[in-house]
Amino acid sequence: MADQAQFAELAMPHMASLYSAALRMTRNPVDAEDLVQETYLKAYRAFGSFEEGTNLKAWLYRILTNTFINSYRARRRRPEESELDDVEDLYLYRRLGGLEAASAGRSAEEEVLDHFTEAEVKAALEALPESFRLAVLLADVEGFSYKEIAEILDVPIGTVMSRLHRGRRALQKALHDFGVARGLVTTGGTPGSQLEAPKR
Amino acid sequence: MEESGSYRVEDLMAGGDCRDALETLYYFLDGELTAERRRAIETHLQQCAPCLRAFDFEAELKVVVARSCRDKVPDHLRRRIEDALGQARRDASGGGAPSV
Repeated sequence: MADQAQFAELAMPHMASLYSAALRMTRNPVDAEDLVQETYLKAYRAFGSFEEGTNLKAWLYRILTNTFINSYRARRRRPEESELDDVEDLYLYRRLGGLEAASAGRSAEEEVLDHFTEAEVKAALEALPESFRLAVLLADVEGFSYKEIAEILDVPIGTVMSRLHRGRRALQKALHDFGVARGLVTTGGTPGSQLEAPKR
Repeated sequence: MEESGSYRVEDLMAGGDCRDALETLYYFLDGELTAERRRAIETHLQQCAPCLRAFDFEAELKVVVARSCRDKVPDHLRRRIEDALGQARRDASGGGAPSV
């Protein structure tokens, strides 16, 4: 039985990670702060039921996610996952394919990735429907396994894999659109054809 | 296999091994393959430059997403939560003086 007196010592180190996740979920700092505080209070009160030796971070994320879904989820309907056109695998890579690298040791495609700002990457993730966004952030930002994500979201593993695959493809399309807007990639090339080198 | 500076993405689908590798690309990067399947993919990547390049890109994209989505906790939020937890502790132990 976990000891509440130890809660702060064990749980506070996860605050930065929980706060980032809360920002991606709520998309506004005020709600994100409230969400994180509410999560810590709920976790503190429930800490007696936490099994020592199990994954505390996943346990905290489960509380964060449930609180988000129950209290903070947007009431205004955003595009639902079923309304989005699915794009093919390697969406971004295919549209950069065939470029010549400017420097050795790094492909031209990877160099394009360097040009995306943090703000753009965050915006691309935040543009995803919530179910995709949660899956991608839990896997790619926080590094949870499929099984852990399934437990955090309380869905079957198959659902996790599906949302993750589709979410990553949607993220790549969003990044591609940013790239086109910034002139990092050109449109009009068929996948696999030579494209212009990114403008510097 | 000759390493060339540019190639066509269609070359990625040239063989069954490439198709297998690309279908399991994300399971590989997510560490969700069995050791045996992982070794099989690694063997293919050692022999197939176009697939290796695609894998490297997707791995890099994952790193970029993780790196971009880090935020610093504002000091006032940290203090707020410490205070709230302190208050919760006092409430639990039968209530001390109410906080102002």
